[in-house]
Amino acid sequence: MAARKSASKPRATVNELLGYYRDMLLIRRFEEKAGQLYGMGKIGGFCHLYIGQEAVVTGLEAITEDGDKRVTAYRDHGHMLACGMDPKGVMAELTGRATGYSRGKGGSMHMFSKDSHFYGGHGIVGAQVPIGAGLAFSDKLLRTGKVTFTYFGDGAANQGQVYETFNMASLWKLPVVFVIENNRYAMGTSIQRASSTPELHTRGSAFGIPGESVDGMDVLEVRNAGKRAAKHCRSEKGPYILEMMTYRYRGHSMSDPAKYRTREEVQDVRKHSDPIDHARELLVGKKPGIEATLKEVDSEIKATVNEAAEFSLNSPEPDVAELWTDVFA
Amino acid sequence: MESNILMPALSPTMETGTVAKWMVKEGDSVASGDLIAEIETDKAVMEFEAVDDGTIGRILIPEGTQDVAVNTPIATLITEGESTAAAIPESLASDAPAPVPEPVSQPATAPAIAAAPISPPPEIEIPEGVSTKKITVRQALNEAMAEEMRRDASVFLMGEEVAEYQGAYKVSEGLLQEFGSERVVDTPITEHGFAGLGVGAAFGGLRPIVEFMTFNFAMQGIDHIVNSAAKTLYMTGGQIPCPIVFRGPNGAAARVAAQHSQDYAAWYSHVPSLKVVQPYCAADAKGLLKSAIRDNNPVIVLENEILYGQSSEVPELDDFTVPLGRARIWQEGSDVTLVSFGIGMSHTLEASKILESAGIRAEIIDLRTLRPLDTETVIASVKKTNRCVTVEEGWPVCSIGNHIGSVLMNEAFDWLDAPVINCTGKDVPMPYAANLEKLALVTPSEIVEAVKAVTYS
Repeated sequence: MAARKSASKPRATVNELLGYYRDMLLIRRFEEKAGQLYGMGKIGGFCHLYIGQEAVVTGLEAITEDGDKRVTAYRDHGHMLACGMDPKGVMAELTGRATGYSRGKGGSMHMFSKDSHFYGGHGIVGAQVPIGAGLAFSDKLLRTGKVTFTYFGDGAANQGQVYETFNMASLWKLPVVFVIENNRYAMGTSIQRASSTPELHTRGSAFGIPGESVDGMDVLEVRNAGKRAAKHCRSEKGPYILEMMTYRYRGHSMSDPAKYRTREEVQDVRKHSDPIDHARELLVGKKPGIEATLKEVDSEIKATVNEAAEFSLNSPEPDVAELWTDVFA
Repeated sequence: MESNILMPALSPTMETGTVAKWMVKEGDSVASGDLIAEIETDKAVMEFEAVDDGTIGRILIPEGTQDVAVNTPIATLITEGESTAAAIPESLASDAPAPVPEPVSQPATAPAIAAAPISPPPEIEIPEGVSTKKITVRQALNEAMAEEMRRDASVFLMGEEVAEYQGAYKVSEGLLQEFGSERVVDTPITEHGFAGLGVGAAFGGLRPIVEFMTFNFAMQGIDHIVNSAAKTLYMTGGQIPCPIVFRGPNGAAARVAAQHSQDYAAWYSHVPSLKVVQPYCAADAKGLLKSAIRDNNPVIVLENEILYGQSSEVPELDDFTVPLGRARIWQEGSDVTLVSFGIGMSHTLEASKILESAGIRAEIIDLRTLRPLDTETVIASVKKTNRCVTVEEGWPVCSIGNHIGSVLMNEAFDWLDAPVINCTGKDVPMPYAANLEKLALVTPSEIVEAVKAVTYS
C-alpha cells in the first residue's frame, strides 16, 4: 500500500486521534470476542466480522451530526459500535438474548437502533442502498438538513438496484453519501473477477454523482473525505460516492476457509496497513510518552468487551411469548 | 368510395367511450395522420387520427355523445375517385353497427364491462341519515389519497406516471396540482429501486403510497416488500415500523396476456406482517385505502383495472373509513356460503342470480381484507349454511380458497355437509386469444356448477 498521506501531515489533535484509536480498538476487540463466542457456540447462524475495516466507519462517524442516519448490510457490528450503540446490547443480540437491540429476534445481520439512527443491519446484499436513499428522501422532504450514510461493499456495487438508486438519488438531489467499502472480495470472488470496471468510485459518473477513492485504512483520510462528502450533501448538491479501499482480515463469515487469497496477502496488509497500528504510530509521533495512556485504553476496552460478553451470556433468552410480538405495529 | 370511421378501442378495457370533440367538419379534407377527433376513454382523452386520405363525408355521432360502443361508425370518409355512395360497413366489423346513443349531459354510468354491475351493498357501515353518492372505484381511490394527503403532511405518492401524466389509469388525477411535485413524485421505471426507496422513506418517518403501474411489475421489487417492509418491525424488536402502502391494479385486465395478468392475492397473503386488501366496490376501495394509509404496517392494496370504471354508492362523510380485517356479508342466504373478494365478486354475484332462479339462496361474503383474514365471519356463515364455495381469479395451487378450505376443516368440520370447492382461475399462464382468456378466468357457470355439487341439486 502506498505511503499514507496523513503520516506526513496529520490534521487531528491528540485527543481526536485518541478517540479514533479507542473507537477502532473497541470494534476490533469486540469482533475478536464475537469470533470466540461463535466458536463456543454462543453465537449462531451467520456472523460477519469487521476486523481490518475499522477506520472506515470510525472516520465517518467522526464527522456525522446528531440526527444523521446510517444503514448498512450484514457486516454491521462495527457500524453499531461506532455510532454509539451499547456493546452490551449488540453482543446480547448476537447471542440471541432478550436484552439485545432487537430483543433477540434480529441477530447479527438484522440489528437496529432508532435512538442512534442506525437503520440496519440488512441481510440482502444491496437492499440497504435504496433504503438509504429513502431515508435521505424523508430528510429532504422534512427539511431536516441531515445526511444518510449508506454503506455497501464491492460485491453489492454490482447490484442493479444500486444503479436504480444512484439515478433517483441524483435526479432528486438526495442527501446521501454512498460509502463503498471495497475490501477486495465479494465473499470469495475478488473484485477483478467480479467487476468489469474495478474503480468503483467512478460508478456514479453515468448519473452525475461525484466520487473519490479513499485510503480506507487511514482514519484521518476517511474523516477528511467524509467531511467533503457530507458538505456536498448538506449544501443540497445531491449524493456523493466514497470508495473506501479497505481489507477484511477474517473470512467472509465464520465458516469461510478463505482459500481464495493467500495468507501472505493478509499478513502483508496487517503488517503494513493496519488502521489501528497506524493511529497508534501517529499518536506516538505526536506525543512521545503516550504509550502509558494507550495501555490504559487497551485495558479499558478489554474490560468493556468482557463486560459485554458476560452481560450477554447472563441475559435470558427471549420469553416464548416474544414469538408472537412485533408481527404488526 | 365512402367508408366508415369507427369508434376506436383505445385501451385494453375500453368498451365504450365519448366523442369529446370533433376536430374536423363535414367536407374537410384530411390526410392520414391528421387529428380528426378527441375520444375520451375511461382513462384519458385521446387524440384520434385519420388513417386514410380523403374527405369527411358525414359526422354520424355528434360531439359530446357518451357511451359510444367500440366499433360504432362515428363518421364517414370519402376516399378519392368515388363519392357519396352509401356507407359500406367495415369488412372487419361483422356485427351490425350498434345503435347510436343520444348525446347526454349527465355523467355516464358504469361501463358494462363486468357482467354484474355493482349495486349498493346491503350492509354498509353508514350511519343513518347519511346520504351516498355514486362514484367509480377510480374516483374512490383518488378521493382516499387526496383526503389522507390533506389530513397528514407525511403522506406522499410515488410511482411511474403518477404526477404529470395524471396516473397511468387516472387514479392519481389532480393530485400533482393539489399537492405539488414534492409529494406526488414521478419515478423512473425502476420498481426494485423505488420500492426500496419507499421503504426507507417509511423508516425515516414518512407515509409513502407506492403505486405500481400494475402488480405484475412489483415482482421486480418484491424483495423490498417482503424482506425490507414486512419483516423489519419484527427484526427490530418492534423499534421501527414501516407504514407504507403498495397499491396498483392487480389480476387480469382484458387481453393483456400472461405477463400482465396475474392475481397476487395469495402471494402477498402468504407473508406474515403484511396486510393485504382487495376491494370490490367503490365504498370499500375508498374506506380500505384510507385505513391502509393510516395503518402503521405495510399494506398491499390490490386494485383491478376492470373495476376502476365501475360505479357504486359511497357514503358522503368527511372521513369514511373501512376497518382492515373485516369481511362484509354482501348477501344473506341459507343454502351455501360463497366466499370471494375483488373482481371475483363480479362472477360470484352473477352466479348468485342464476342460483336464485334455481331456488338456491347463497350467502355471499366479500372478504375485502385477505390478511388478516376475517375467518370468524366465514366460519359463522358456514355453520349456518353447511356448505362453502370459494371464488377467486388467481391460480388454484396454494390459493386463498385452499386456505379457507383448511380453516373450515379445522374449525367447522362437523358443520360441513359437503367438501369445500375452490373456484379459481385455471392453472395456466393467461392466454391472449379472447376465447381462451375467458376460459382461463373463473366463470359464473363454474360457480353455479360448484354450488349445485355441494348442495347435491
